[in-house]
Amino acid sequence: MKLDFPLFPDSASTFAPQLDGIYFFALAVSTFFSLLIAAAVLYLAVRYRRSEPNAVGKREKAGLWLEISWSVIPLAIMLFMFVWGARVFFDARRPPADAVEYYVTAKQWMWKFQHPEGQREINTLHVPVGQPIVLTMTSEDVIHSFFVPAFRAKMDVLPGRYTRYWFEATKVGTYHLFCAEYCGTEHSLMGGRIVVMEERDYEAWLGGAGSATPRIATGAELFAAKSCTTCHRPDSNLQAPYLEGAFGREAELADGSRVLVDENYLRESILDPTAKVVKGYQPLMPTYQGQLSEEELLQLILYIKSLDGGGPAGGAPTSEAAS
Amino acid sequence: MSSNETAPTNYLNADYGVRSWLFTVDHKRIAILYLIAVTFFFALGGLMAVLIRLELATPAGDLVQADVYNRLFTMHGVLMIFFFLIPAIPGVLGNFLIPIMIGAKDMAFPKVNLASWYVYMAGGLFAAWSMLHGGVDTGWTFYTPFSTAFSNTYVISTAIGGFLAGFSSILTGLNFIVTVHRMRAPGLTWFRLPLFVWSLYATAIVQILATPVLAITLVLLIAERAFRIGIFDPALGGDPVLFQHLFWFYSHPAVYIMILPAFGVISELVSAFARKRIFGYRVVAAASVSIAVLGFLVWGHHMFVSSQSPYAGVIFSLLSMLVAVPSAVKVFNWTATLYEGSVSWETPMLYALGFIGLFTIGGLTGVMLATMGIDIHVHDTYFVVAHFHYVMVGAVLMAYLGGLHFWWPKITGRMYPIFWSKISALLVFVGFNLTFFPQFLLGYLGMPRRYHAYPDEFQVLNVLSSAGATVLGVGYLIPLVYFFWSMRYGKRAGDNPWDAFGLEWETTSPPPTFNFPATPKVTLEAYDYTGRAEARLARTQPVRSSP
Ligand code: HEC
Ligand SMILES: [Cu+2]
Ligand SMILES: [Cu+2]
Repeated sequence: MKLDFPLFPDSASTFAPQLDGIYFFALAVSTFFSLLIAAAVLYLAVRYRRSEPNAVGKREKAGLWLEISWSVIPLAIMLFMFVWGARVFFDARRPPADAVEYYVTAKQWMWKFQHPEGQREINTLHVPVGQPIVLTMTSEDVIHSFFVPAFRAKMDVLPGRYTRYWFEATKVGTYHLFCAEYCGTEHSLMGGRIVVMEERDYEAWLGGAGSATPRIATGAELFAAKSCTTCHRPDSNLQAPYLEGAFGREAELADGSRVLVDENYLRESILDPTAKVVKGYQPLMPTYQGQLSEEELLQLILYIKSLDGGGPAGGAPTSEAAS
Repeated sequence: MSSNETAPTNYLNADYGVRSWLFTVDHKRIAILYLIAVTFFFALGGLMAVLIRLELATPAGDLVQADVYNRLFTMHGVLMIFFFLIPAIPGVLGNFLIPIMIGAKDMAFPKVNLASWYVYMAGGLFAAWSMLHGGVDTGWTFYTPFSTAFSNTYVISTAIGGFLAGFSSILTGLNFIVTVHRMRAPGLTWFRLPLFVWSLYATAIVQILATPVLAITLVLLIAERAFRIGIFDPALGGDPVLFQHLFWFYSHPAVYIMILPAFGVISELVSAFARKRIFGYRVVAAASVSIAVLGFLVWGHHMFVSSQSPYAGVIFSLLSMLVAVPSAVKVFNWTATLYEGSVSWETPMLYALGFIGLFTIGGLTGVMLATMGIDIHVHDTYFVVAHFHYVMVGAVLMAYLGGLHFWWPKITGRMYPIFWSKISALLVFVGFNLTFFPQFLLGYLGMPRRYHAYPDEFQVLNVLSSAGATVLGVGYLIPLVYFFWSMRYGKRAGDNPWDAFGLEWETTSPPPTFNFPATPKVTLEAYDYTGRAEARLARTQPVRSSP
């Protein structure tokens, strides 16, 4: 048994001190009120201990002001915590514009990662220190949850849709990665490490991790290889919408409704094209369900996102709501 | 009174034989049937907890295999929640006391009452059958698509068990509502009702409105698992998060199905052992009802990191803060009741005071979890495990045990050994804190829940927790022994051993089959100890008239 164990987790991301801040505040409030109640109960229970067997308590006095104050004061404190907590939460969900996108694919019971340059890793993720990183995550089977205590980072990873989470590591080192959502037999072994490195060490590591095709190039190749080009090209005689500049805009659907074109919408358009048909087009597109791996799908989406001419999009905030 | 004196006819000796119990419609006997059943399920669930804590004493998953461990924590949760915590206080104490407390002969629907026990037992049979065949490994939350497409354990039969237990809970709730509306003794107005009745009334509202959603959810789960109808599984075109919404729409209110009755018990205990009316009686009663109503609107606080929209999260977080207010108010009111009271430190009161402390910690950590930022880090870690054990075990179980110690002399007519009961109350309190406090630290350190094996640096805290569990286990075993013992050898208790206020103390111990020789008339406000003392004084000194 290791006796020099920690009582508080490592703090290794820009977000960690932010979360710890509200946690310490809440902890102080909780400790104060717990001690207050405990002290009051003990004091009163001793002070008013029954004096003789038949004694009864005094009749209660009206306590309207007491009732009001011990409703309003806790409420005010809690509302303060609520606002603070919500702000911290939104910070954790809004990646900065310069965040670099990494892919995470979870499956029973491993984590697969892909770097922007195309390098792949399993259960270990190397990242540069001081660089905001946004993870686009999906699962191949059940729900998992990406959890790095030292970053105070947690986000569920779902099958059939993308969730995103961002962090910026501040301290070089190796940190635990856990799966926090119960996912079957080896749930507790579905862990790994996040290795935070200096920028140049990371570059060196990337170089040593073998040559790889950048994901965006793979996406472009797939776009041709999977014959998306037969329809989605200006010179195609088959009527299909142009995908240039589609990402981030609203698409108008055949039923008149409008949807935001985000990763989840693109995913659905490829896997289940008839679910949402673009206005003015026939539902001619075949489904690609089962023909693309999660990674290929992500690369295709990356390619489509890049089609607006402005290069690979990385850090646009997206809604995680069900599409 | 000597113990060989023949007891007057009461509900226990009115009839003999197994049939007289299994076909009884007497609410008090049905309460005993519940008592036996929930004790059995508690023991079973407790046994699993023992194995879990043993496994977690070392970082490696060495005592049982991962699959076994997953079944253990799943069945521990299923049994403790659906078959112990939800039915315990309403089924045992509620059934026994509601009619007596309101001066009625029985429940409004005595046969429905018996039926609810049978439905509950049928649910228990399904759960037990599943266990005997190898159990279920989805966690008590049955998250999809794991439960519908990946687990190869007995999900359907366990779900049917939960479904049936739910129906039993609906029937009990229905019976309570009608009974409280229709059968109160003359003079017993709503604001003269004991707070225990108020809180079970509020509970009953939740039971009949929320539990059907659980039933629907479990039916949908079974439909997807058995017939591959795509509802939750994305591979079949479903939405896994929809399951979480439906599940928590029931399961958050279910927290109140467990805690509200506990609040009611604590109000009774604090008032009885301070010999004083509960401070802010009306506020405490109204708090129960507002908790019941607001409790329906906060389920999304379990889903902040589930991919739920952050904007929805904001609303759920805000409403969760609001629902904490009436709970806080109750704690303050109980504490204030002690002021100028006549406080005695009997065993039930020890449980009640312990409850106030543990519930305060459980409630405050709940507020921390409802704070969106904090939840990112502690969600699905041992912090959550510690929080809900403080509420479910620290509070609900303490209240149940306190209530059992308080009304045991009424239920059986016998007293348990006082000394041992105080020792066990102390052991439970100390053991509980030792078990679960380290888990808060573990959670913030980052140990996820439902882990069969864990990194070395978490070991010391886990060992502490397992050691505490041993103390806690002993604390629970002692009452089990002396309650049994007291049924035969305990001192006869008399009708009102605590000199407490309330109709249940005005009938004999144990009460006769129809509770009272004649329907009582209520003339005093609830817990009017001073009024009662004055009335007694007037009876003993009838000559002295007031000027
Ligand atoms: C047979 C022709 C055809 C092929 C091949 C095809 N599509 Fe389509 N696609 C369509 C048509 C027609 C639509 C518009 C109707 C609809 O929404 O289903 C469409 C719509 C889409 C949309 C939604 C566009 C918007 O503006 O909302 C996306 C994204 C898309 N396709 C991507 C792809 C990708 C990626 C591939 C290759 C893997 C592909 N398509 C292959 C015909 C095709
Ligand atoms: Cu997992
Ligand atoms: Cu909840």
